[in-house]
Amino acid sequence: MAKYTLTVNGGSKEVEAMDDMPLLWVIRDLLGMKGTKFGCGQALCGACTVHLDGVAVRSCSIPIADVGDGKITTIEGLSENGDHPVQKAWVQHIVPQCGYCQSGQIMNAASLLNSNSSPTGEEIEQGMAGNLCRCGTYNRIKEAILTASKSV
Amino acid sequence: MLPNIPFLKKGKREDQSKIFVASRRDFLKLGSLASGGLILGVSFQCSGPKGETMTFAPNVYISINSENEVTLVAHRSEMGTGIRTSLPQIVADELGAEWSKVKIIQAEGDEEKYGNQNTDGSFSVRMFYEPMRKAGATARYMLIAAASSEWGVEASECDTQDGMVLHAGKGKKISFGDLVGRLKDAPVPDPEDVKLRDFTNYKLIGTDVPIYDLKDITSGKAVFGADVDLPNMKIAVIKRSPVIGAKVISYNDEKALAVPGVVQVVKIEGSGFPPGLDKALEGVAVIADSTWSAIKGREALEVEWDLGDNQNFNSDKQQAEMLESTKGNGKVRRERGDFDKASRSAAKSLERTFEAPFYAHATIEPPAAIAHVKEDGSCEVWAPSQHPQWARDAVATAIGIDSAKVRINVTLLGGGFGRKSKPDFVVEAALLSKAAKAPVRVQWTREDDLHFDFFHSHSAQRIKASLDASGNLIGWNHHTVFPAIGSTSSKEELHPSDGELGLGCVDFPFDVPNIRIESHESTGNTRVGWLRSVSNIHHAFAIHSMMDEIAEARGKDPIENAIELLGTDRDITFQSEMVSGEFGNYGEKIEDYPWNTGRMKNVIRTVAEKSNWTANKASGKIMGFAAHKSFLTYVACVVILEKGSGGNTIISDVHYAVDCGVAVNTDRIRSQFEGGSQFATSLATTSAITFDKGQVQQNNFDTYKIIRMPASPKNIHVHIIESQIKPTGVGEPPVPPFIPALANAMYQMNGERIYKLPFKV
Repeated sequence: MAKYTLTVNGGSKEVEAMDDMPLLWVIRDLLGMKGTKFGCGQALCGACTVHLDGVAVRSCSIPIADVGDGKITTIEGLSENGDHPVQKAWVQHIVPQCGYCQSGQIMNAASLLNSNSSPTGEEIEQGMAGNLCRCGTYNRIKEAILTASKSV
Repeated sequence: MLPNIPFLKKGKREDQSKIFVASRRDFLKLGSLASGGLILGVSFQCSGPKGETMTFAPNVYISINSENEVTLVAHRSEMGTGIRTSLPQIVADELGAEWSKVKIIQAEGDEEKYGNQNTDGSFSVRMFYEPMRKAGATARYMLIAAASSEWGVEASECDTQDGMVLHAGKGKKISFGDLVGRLKDAPVPDPEDVKLRDFTNYKLIGTDVPIYDLKDITSGKAVFGADVDLPNMKIAVIKRSPVIGAKVISYNDEKALAVPGVVQVVKIEGSGFPPGLDKALEGVAVIADSTWSAIKGREALEVEWDLGDNQNFNSDKQQAEMLESTKGNGKVRRERGDFDKASRSAAKSLERTFEAPFYAHATIEPPAAIAHVKEDGSCEVWAPSQHPQWARDAVATAIGIDSAKVRINVTLLGGGFGRKSKPDFVVEAALLSKAAKAPVRVQWTREDDLHFDFFHSHSAQRIKASLDASGNLIGWNHHTVFPAIGSTSSKEELHPSDGELGLGCVDFPFDVPNIRIESHESTGNTRVGWLRSVSNIHHAFAIHSMMDEIAEARGKDPIENAIELLGTDRDITFQSEMVSGEFGNYGEKIEDYPWNTGRMKNVIRTVAEKSNWTANKASGKIMGFAAHKSFLTYVACVVILEKGSGGNTIISDVHYAVDCGVAVNTDRIRSQFEGGSQFATSLATTSAITFDKGQVQQNNFDTYKIIRMPASPKNIHVHIIESQIKPTGVGEPPVPPFIPALANAMYQMNGERIYKLPFKV
């Protein structure tokens, strides 16, 4: 067990954890922020996606000891009022079904648009390939990202 | 008999409405409400098959406060179908509420109070459309009565709209909020006097009302199974019997307890074999302060197992045996005419076999539940449950208390598809909370989810078809074999039940003079359950793949072939041809929900027209077709394929035509079909669970694959038939026809027929 100081959604947080505890469980169990989801524990489904220094990462597979002073952004910190262009597009296209994977989808999409503000359909498909949705909302996710790309 | 599948149970729906002003105490338990106002309960009792009173239909609670807010209770579980929106949408429309002022609170699991809450079998809208309308109409009646008496006008001249009572002639209007104070002592109307709106006056029904939880989901605030935090809560991860039925001989928890954060190790007594649908598996639980400590503790745990009778189970071997068994005579389940005679006189015979694997539900939210067994002996649960009353009863049995002392709070479900009907994971949480004397969250990992699911059964089928010299289809003989859902609860259940065969097998609708449908025996060696559309998955794959071959043999276009073989427009009743048992019809009377060939032909013609079938075919497009009715909803599907630049196959377009009667929430109907085709793409092309030495061989999404965005169908077009016929569900019906439609398209692409799932595209 060791003490860590993390920068999460712009604030500083102190936690005590085993050094191999994945960031996901730090966020969920120690910081009590439940928007980031557990899906596979192996970086295979993307439900746990957060941003580390603005880039999408799978928090289930990053030990806390590796986070260092990187800036973490979770779904709760993506925007003040749930009004990031990606979130607005998600609402416009009524993307979610069960909703469980959508925090990860939104965080991944926001990161994708950070690096490529006007992706093609194929670039979206490749960029989102790491995020699974069992309900099958892929078509609406793609449409929503295209919509969001027009406003970022 | 319809054993073991709760959603296929029959219940008569003779409504006797009762309306009452509900107690605030009752309602307040559900959540905080603004002060003041009216709380109305509308109860719909009904009679069971033997005349006994059943609470099959709900008490619908409607609260209207002085701020004009309407609060409705959602008593069905939300797992992505939109039901938490669709049923309140019906009440609100009938009531004339302003949708933006409608609040929805989730009911706890209590079927005595809310009626049936088992969210399964695509029946929420089917079962509750009428009661919800009546509830809304009753509240509207009372509001209009109060307003019209104040205004001195006839109630019949008034209407409600956007949260107001209106009298158009006198230009008068008053908000619900201003009226409710006067309603507390208002007489409750005679149900006979309450009239439903004319269908054409609906403003919400038949529209794209966005789901209620949309903004909570997109901002990460929505609460799922694992998201509830309680003071002093512990987290448990369980090492379960690797083979179903295995027992713990001994365990050593020394290393587990040495992991920082681990507080306790507890053995769970399992049900043995058969495992049952609502019991915990044998296992050893590691209880810790955090999920990670529990996971690490489990890794360090040493358990010695007596692996038991299933340790040699190999699914490939059983499937080969099942396939072999279909060569012989089975138990005849439906018979018309004389298939053997037809077969002997046939000018041409086709005989094909079809195989499908075990499938896991693989909801992205793995099972998780929180239980708190309190000092007073009661138990409170938070769980993503499709069937909270079952969870309540199972918990009560497991920890030895009265079910009245168990409260089940239903969270949102991160996917269900039938998995979360089963309360085994809720039972685990309750057992462990009792042992830990603290609130406990049981967290399943993905590996747990794939190893210990209630799987969709693997299957083998053989179909023989006989054609006469003129190309008429004169004989159909379908053999089916798969471990029955009943095998999870009883070793005696060797044949699929009537209920399972009613899912796309004995309800073969084509007008063939000689039909024989047979089932064969197989044993259960794992936990079998129901997965989105259940045995329709493999039955539809076999039947509609075969129909495509029959069309080819007859020299007919597949769509023409299907329309022709459905015969004249009529209602089909299957019961007279059932050799034993009864035709289930999804728990509904066939008179109430007939199998109408005309409605099926209509969706087929619609999908042909919308997909531009004839012209596209003439221009060389690669297309496949299948049409399948399930859960009382008629669906036709066309899949269009293209070759990608890299030689890969692209599912470029999917066209669905659907007749589900009244379309309540058109956006959610479309979304169920969009998602259903993607779910079915996984079943058809990527997913399979296999067993060796009694153990599941897939561990995570790297080996149990579900489709990712690049492989998913590109454009999904959903054509909803406009209808005023009573509604049926849409959660499951998209899945069955898609798989054979895709397989038939693959044949058009490369000339090879597909006989086994999953197949490569």
